[in-house]
Amino acid sequence: MNLDLNKKKLREINQLLQNVSREKNNRSFQILNPQGQHAICAGLKDDIEVSIKGHTGYYCAGMNKNASITVHGNVGTGVAENMMSGKVIIKGNASQSAGATGHGGSLIIEGDASSRCGISMKGINIIVKGSVGHMSAFMAQKGNLIILGDADADLGDSIYEAKIFVKGKVKSLGSDCIEKKMDDKNIKELNKIFKDLNISEDAKKFKRYGSARNLYNFKIDNVSSY
Amino acid sequence: MKKDLKEFKTFPSSTIKEIQRAAKEGIYQIRGLGAKRKVPDFDDLVFLGASMSRYPLEGYREKCNTSVILGDRFAKNPIKLDIPITIAGMSFGALGANAKEALGRGASAMGTSTTTGDGGMTKEERGSSKYLVYQLLPSRYGMNPDDLRKADAIEIVVGQGAKPGGGGMLLGQKINKRVAGMRTLPEGIDQRSACRHPDWTGPDDLEIKIQELREITNWEKPIYIKVGAARPYYDTTLAVKAGADVVVLDGMQGGTAATQDVFIEHVGIPTLGALRESVDALKELNMHRKVQLIVSGGIRTGADVAKAIAMGADAVSIGSAAMMALNCNADLYRKDYEKLGTEPGYCHHCHTGKCPVGVATQDPILEKRLNPIEGGKRLKNYLSTLTLELQTLARANGKSDVRNLEPEDLAALTVEAAAMARVPLAGTDWIPGLKK
Repeated sequence: MNLDLNKKKLREINQLLQNVSREKNNRSFQILNPQGQHAICAGLKDDIEVSIKGHTGYYCAGMNKNASITVHGNVGTGVAENMMSGKVIIKGNASQSAGATGHGGSLIIEGDASSRCGISMKGINIIVKGSVGHMSAFMAQKGNLIILGDADADLGDSIYEAKIFVKGKVKSLGSDCIEKKMDDKNIKELNKIFKDLNISEDAKKFKRYGSARNLYNFKIDNVSSY
Repeated sequence: MKKDLKEFKTFPSSTIKEIQRAAKEGIYQIRGLGAKRKVPDFDDLVFLGASMSRYPLEGYREKCNTSVILGDRFAKNPIKLDIPITIAGMSFGALGANAKEALGRGASAMGTSTTTGDGGMTKEERGSSKYLVYQLLPSRYGMNPDDLRKADAIEIVVGQGAKPGGGGMLLGQKINKRVAGMRTLPEGIDQRSACRHPDWTGPDDLEIKIQELREITNWEKPIYIKVGAARPYYDTTLAVKAGADVVVLDGMQGGTAATQDVFIEHVGIPTLGALRESVDALKELNMHRKVQLIVSGGIRTGADVAKAIAMGADAVSIGSAAMMALNCNADLYRKDYEKLGTEPGYCHHCHTGKCPVGVATQDPILEKRLNPIEGGKRLKNYLSTLTLELQTLARANGKSDVRNLEPEDLAALTVEAAAMARVPLAGTDWIPGLKK
């Protein structure tokens, strides 16, 4: 079904997509003329497929559950923010805070992602085929940020238990973020993610980064780290 | 103190003690609750009452409406509260599950709302709360769209009166398995909640964030914006511009679960001055009573509630006082207070997780000291008392609806309070700072 944002209001389209009946066979939708509108496909609940033909504004696919959403264009700030499950694919580039606080599901950005990609992520898998901006995975709690390109400054600052995998160069690591051994278990886990998402990459080519866990409890000896 | 000894005004014994503690430990003090310093407050105002030119209502006979509708600017389902006194956001984690349930029970019995906090929504508080406001905080701990839709309103927390510009802090000793699970973090580590939101940075972005939240919740829920009292005139203006249905303004006397003492005592402005600035902004925008204003930070009595409403608030919110109704700082379990190095009436050790009365703790033994049903009854009684006091004062000023109270009903007892509240110094027509 085609949903044209030149002809229908955003509220009308989001409401329709948030309440697709399980009894109806039509579970595949195309959104035409997004023209950078904000909050397109925010709050979807069910396992439907949506293809957005063009660029979107802020918070596209925000808090997504179950739905598979593909954006054939670039996305603004906070794509798939706080996503719970499902899959979001961005064919272009993403602005800042992509996948922020995401709890689950997969966000695949085929281009680059700007600063703070994966900030405070809580279990989501984020795969960036290009490079990421500064302060990515800031205070990241859980999940995997996988970067096929390079990472800008202060990667993984104040990271908790999330894992970062980078194939390219890392400009600098943030506080309490260190390079960790890429062992067989990590290679297996990463290859499984690639296989599940149909991405042809070799996990052995990646370096792994995570928390040194030195700042988990405030100690005066660590004060210079802040 | 001996009469012939003269204490340093610049270095009183308490200051010397703190310098020597800092010299020994090399780190600031962290504590809970709000400012302990004296600041101008609602006690510095009085109501004038009725007189020859003002006709009072009969105290026990004539009706005085206390209900208030919150969030009817854009939301499809605004909240109608029976009383204009709400329960402020306090996290599960900072408080135990029994305390959260007791708050829900007490608030619901009085037809008012309670609020989640930095840690997500528990089933206990949702189950016990007739009206539950769900906070969207920078950390987004426990945030999910299902709970968002279960809420009766959404409160975007920009700041908090105890620490405008500061993030949350929950020390490792309070992080048990359940709290850690809700926050997606390991047990026992210090949880530093961010001070900035992860996906918006200013009022223009916030407007778009609000649009997203409304889209997710079918434009049903009132959206509150909570700000600490830093620059209330501008913050209120920007909150209105961003599309808030309700502004929540938290003055510097507001409490916290844990923050640096220097932050609590030295950042932000008193509720009294902040409230007046916020009302000024709403009036200039012609949005007073259209965007509702909830004020918090040091509300203790029905007189405080009445004065806040007279100055222009639509409702108030209580946090520390609600905890005290649940027995915070009660003269019980004295030995446990002593173990913390304090005593009833002085305790601010919420951050330790060793709350002697079972309110601000995750310790299962301590938590049993608070029965949620009995706690709920105490909170209901306290809210009932505040409401009766509020109505008494409103009737005495000739008002059949508490929101008809107005600045003209007030006088100030100090020059500072007159300037901050912009009401005349008692016995004069002088309002400092206003040109005649």
